[in-house]
Amino acid sequence: MTSRARWAGVLRTPVGAAAAVLLGGVMLLAVLAPLLWGGRADEVDTAHILAPASAEHWAGTDNLGRDIFFRVLVATRTSVQLALLATALGVAVGLLLGTLPLLLGPRLGRLVTAAVNIAVAFPGLLLALSFAVIFGAGASGAVPAIGLAIAPAFARLTQTLAATVAGRDFVAAARIAGVGRVRVLLRHVLPNIAEPLLVNATMAAGGSLLAFAGLSFLGLGVQAPDFDWGRLLGEGLNGIYLNPAAALVPGVAVVLAGLAFNLVGEAAAKAVGPRTATATVRNRATDSAPPTPTPPAAAPVWLQQTGQQAAQADALLVVEDLKVSFGTVTPVRGVGFTLRRGEAVGIVGESGSGKSLTALAVAQLIEQPGRVEARRLEFGGDDLLRTPPRARRRLLGTSLAMVFQDPMTSFNPVQRVGRQLAEVAEQHLGHRRGPALARAVDRLRAVRIPGAARRARQFPHEFSGGMRQRAMIGMGLMGEPELIIADEPTTALDVTVQRQVLALLADVRAADDVAVLLISHDLGVVEQVCDRVLVMYAGRIVEDLPVERLRDGARHPYTRALLGAVPDLSTDRDQPLVVIPGRPADPAAPPPGCAFAPRCPLADDHCARVDPALIEDGSGGRVACWHADRPEPALYAATEGEGR
Amino acid sequence: MSELTFEDVTVRYGSGRRALTAVDGVHLTVPSGAVVGLVGESGSGKSTLARAAVGLTPVAAGRILLDGRPLPRGGRRPLQMVFQDPYSSLDPRMTIGSSIAEAIPRGAAPGAAGRRDEVARLLELVDLPADRAGCHPAELSGGQRQRVALARALAGRPDVVIADEITSALDVSIQGTVLNLVRDLHRDLRLSMLFITHDLAVVRYVSDYIAVMYLGRIVEYGPAESVLADPRHPYTRELLAAARRPGGGGPQVADTVPAQVADAEPADPHHPPTGCRFHPRCPAGPLVHPDRTVCRDTAPTGDGRPHRAACHFVNSAADPAAA
Amino acid sequence: MVRADRVDRVALCGRTKTGCRAGGQDLITEPDDVTEAMPVTSTTTSAPGFASVLGNPWARFAARRLGRLLVSVWVLVTGAFLMIHLIPGDPVRAALGNTAPVELVEARREALGLNDPLWQQYADYLRHLVGGDFGTSMLSGMPVSQVIGDRLPATAELAVLAFALAVLVSIPLGLAMAVLTRGGRRRPVELAFTSGSVLLAVVPEFLVAVGLVYVFSVELGWAPVAMRQGAASYVLPVLALAVGPASILARIVRVETLAVLQAEYIRTARAKRLPDRRVYLRHALPNALTATITVGGLLLGGMVAGTVLAENVFAWPGLGSTIVGSILAKDYPVVQGVVLVYGLGVLLVNLVVDVALALLDPRSTIRES
Repeated sequence: MTSRARWAGVLRTPVGAAAAVLLGGVMLLAVLAPLLWGGRADEVDTAHILAPASAEHWAGTDNLGRDIFFRVLVATRTSVQLALLATALGVAVGLLLGTLPLLLGPRLGRLVTAAVNIAVAFPGLLLALSFAVIFGAGASGAVPAIGLAIAPAFARLTQTLAATVAGRDFVAAARIAGVGRVRVLLRHVLPNIAEPLLVNATMAAGGSLLAFAGLSFLGLGVQAPDFDWGRLLGEGLNGIYLNPAAALVPGVAVVLAGLAFNLVGEAAAKAVGPRTATATVRNRATDSAPPTPTPPAAAPVWLQQTGQQAAQADALLVVEDLKVSFGTVTPVRGVGFTLRRGEAVGIVGESGSGKSLTALAVAQLIEQPGRVEARRLEFGGDDLLRTPPRARRRLLGTSLAMVFQDPMTSFNPVQRVGRQLAEVAEQHLGHRRGPALARAVDRLRAVRIPGAARRARQFPHEFSGGMRQRAMIGMGLMGEPELIIADEPTTALDVTVQRQVLALLADVRAADDVAVLLISHDLGVVEQVCDRVLVMYAGRIVEDLPVERLRDGARHPYTRALLGAVPDLSTDRDQPLVVIPGRPADPAAPPPGCAFAPRCPLADDHCARVDPALIEDGSGGRVACWHADRPEPALYAATEGEGR
Repeated sequence: MSELTFEDVTVRYGSGRRALTAVDGVHLTVPSGAVVGLVGESGSGKSTLARAAVGLTPVAAGRILLDGRPLPRGGRRPLQMVFQDPYSSLDPRMTIGSSIAEAIPRGAAPGAAGRRDEVARLLELVDLPADRAGCHPAELSGGQRQRVALARALAGRPDVVIADEITSALDVSIQGTVLNLVRDLHRDLRLSMLFITHDLAVVRYVSDYIAVMYLGRIVEYGPAESVLADPRHPYTRELLAAARRPGGGGPQVADTVPAQVADAEPADPHHPPTGCRFHPRCPAGPLVHPDRTVCRDTAPTGDGRPHRAACHFVNSAADPAAA
Repeated sequence: MVRADRVDRVALCGRTKTGCRAGGQDLITEPDDVTEAMPVTSTTTSAPGFASVLGNPWARFAARRLGRLLVSVWVLVTGAFLMIHLIPGDPVRAALGNTAPVELVEARREALGLNDPLWQQYADYLRHLVGGDFGTSMLSGMPVSQVIGDRLPATAELAVLAFALAVLVSIPLGLAMAVLTRGGRRRPVELAFTSGSVLLAVVPEFLVAVGLVYVFSVELGWAPVAMRQGAASYVLPVLALAVGPASILARIVRVETLAVLQAEYIRTARAKRLPDRRVYLRHALPNALTATITVGGLLLGGMVAGTVLAENVFAWPGLGSTIVGSILAKDYPVVQGVVLVYGLGVLLVNLVVDVALALLDPRSTIRES
């Protein structure tokens, strides 16, 4: 979206429109009021001194019999004008101070930053009062006083924003290309921070309007015979018992004008700030209490995927026709599979394929606004869709373990690691504090963390990534897990550490016959740990096959393409890598037929119209493709690709 | 067509207690027209080395030479870099055409028309239609952005291109496109290239030479086939063991690595170990062989041969069980 | 402008927070900058002894924070000194008026040391300050330290009470609002809260004060209009001071809590199947508080200065009315002294905020950097 369209979008929101109208009104008044009512505001009427509000004088009169209501209207110009002047000064100084570190380079820049930091620590009002001492009471003193008082905060904001932009790679690229500092500032940094700065300048204008009113109210701002709202307010306050309107009307005027600026700023901030992208919500469906999954009322719309070994007696997890939706978007569209006790199954797919959401849905961790539906969702023989929340919590708390992708963020940073583990035992096993902590240390030892007792007393940030992931697995072992769901557990780790964590996972599995559901984008990782692979594309399982058959027995063209797109240590160096043309399917608008058809070299009309069902092949695998097994033409080898 | 040489290059961040020597006395050569793959884990200093080469980070000691001469300051930049994250490396407010045009050296394509033609040529070079020049980055996919970033790097008519993890932010189905393009460009333009990644399989696919970096030092360097077929340094061996292997087939993670080594903590770059930096994790070092105190005391140096490894026990390290 | 920068910070924080989160989604990236590499594990095990005094992060934090405090105090003191010397013209002449005899002005100048070279005046000024001598009022002839001593308690009471009220109200309110409106629930409640808090945040304390006076004193006659007499007289000034900061703080608490509720470790806590109450109070709240203090800490310092306006509305016999009167009367030694006291108060609040932050957050960058 272009910035102009976004600003226009601000006006279409109710708050934005109201604020804009209000601001427009204030501005109009500032221009017109002195022309229209300048005379009436200065008209002295000694017969009606200090009159209370009446039909003739809506807000009463002052000590010279002048009509206060018209004085308030006329004062709009002075008030707004002075506020804007002060803001302009403050913004200019702030902008200069804020961008100076970029221009001066790191060493001198640090000095400027330090100076601004010290100035920012002092409240604006205190600065304004001090400057008012220097510049003297009066409008000409108050403008620089307020302007300079705004400047440090604005400078700091500019610095923060500019430093963020300057740290991004495109600025580095420009510098490598030989673009000078001034040019970098003008071409790359300022355009990228202009919007938030403008928003904040608008709010600063509102702030300085109020501040000016404050100074004038104290008698340090506008001096008689000139008047602004603050001065009128100060005069009115003295007679608040006799004529409250004399104080309230200017007060209301100040609040309205201040609100106008601030609301415009707020509305604009919402518009120019980053969208809380639905994509974020979709990928990180984490927010609040788990919604109860509802069994679908009618027959599913999508072709159902059935769990093939549903009848097996040793099934630990049975999923049938699982759907996850966020509003109108359905990123998981009918997934079905069965996990036997002690079995390790991997789910692979690209980002957006719905693999993580499938895992979270199984773990009952999808939060509102996400919705989970399934025809069957059974864990250890219990129907998760119908178990009462309390019993479900207990069941999942002890027998289902989760390991998340980023070990840096999945521990609470302000709690000791031992406590975070012990919590599980206190909650679900009824342990007291001491025994719970002892068990935590024991479990840390079980995942081979050296010096477990000492480590339990440390905070997460004192652990390395690999150690944290171990501790995470240890947390899962606090109960007696029958299933470990690991969502990209090694993606954030180095290859050598990755191997250690995978080995640990395999050991845990072997020791206690725990089933593993491993989510990964990396076929290599899945190959190392799992017995079976589920390949997901656009919210559905497209292939389900034993891991031994992955390399030479994959039947779905997507599975084969995935294998060829990433080099391994045996890839032929003289051949180009397989390229999958086009982009991954958009979860918001899945194609009517096979979701992979637009990227598939084998696709024909039928593929584009009718979605293939996931069919068992009689040898322990399932595939959803109209052209399974057919070798693809050399199309993949072309370097065309997702570009055009 | 130039040779890039790092001579005893050291890069430090910060000062006092928090000082960090990210790159420690690195010698490395990118031969003319060759692709050198630089692998290492996070914190090994490989990206810092790249940033130092293009002047984004000051060098604390040593020299970076191009064809034996120090890099010129100002004017044409003979080194260009492509960054990891294509979502951060293109200015969202600029069309991709102007982003590329900005990197064209003054005088290389005079006039507005000249620049436009040059931008079109560069876009074609990376397999993008020339009419995309008016697009903003938001309209492009990650793979396309990464190609624009490559085009911008080429716009500077560089002698050497440094590619820093250029595929790791991309989806698996798109990585292949970018790697194919890198190979094609290298073949067609005979560019010298420093290709940085954490993925040995990727490095193997594109590189002529491989350098392995660990905690700020190059621990092994040599022709790609030689390093992969006959790794001399225990760390390289560990990396190879962890890399993707075809036909993994079932659970097979447990290897013959001694337990002390398998569960060793990664080292802390702020407090690097003495002597050989790998010794606290090394299956050929004092952890397994208590008599090998030399690893703790002395930093090993690679010899001058084409395939060199910085390890005291290069020969015996081949078989951890031996000796 | 006090208001302006508060709102700025709220806006900025919201923006950068969500920005980071949106930017970091689902990229399979390797964090390869050495500076963010492996965490420090070995420092925690360093041997006790002399070296560990410097090695102790708390000792280093104390040293660094003390250093910053000293620099800030020096800036404050020097600023207050320069303030008088930057006034155009002769401050004594300005204070005494144009009709004052030349001899009197000259004598007063001599007494104030204004005829000495600047550096000597500065040195004398510093020496007197260290000895607790803030100078003498030009109008009343009273020692400034005595003026401050008389007036400070009233202001301090007001500030501390308002501070406490703002914190006590805003934290539960913000937390409750975040929990109620998380994930787009209860849009009307959210709208009511956000618009209400924006309104209250925009209205400056002196206008709140005027409104309160009108409603409770003039119309209802419940509270005394002005002066400091009995407990009832505290209600309106404290309310007037606390309302604005409380609503801004509550907004910050809500925004931060919402951000924390999105964090991965909250998902971990849920994966442990902890009861909601425990998730919110034990896992979300401490993290939201540290973020709140980081963002809203300066706001509390601003309350110290906010007393000036509130005191003037309620004729509160504190420093606020003193400083305004002194500025208008050009009684510069008093102004100088009061500005110093206010500044020190602000620095003290900032110090408390930083220490609280360091205590609350074990990985606090404040302690390390």
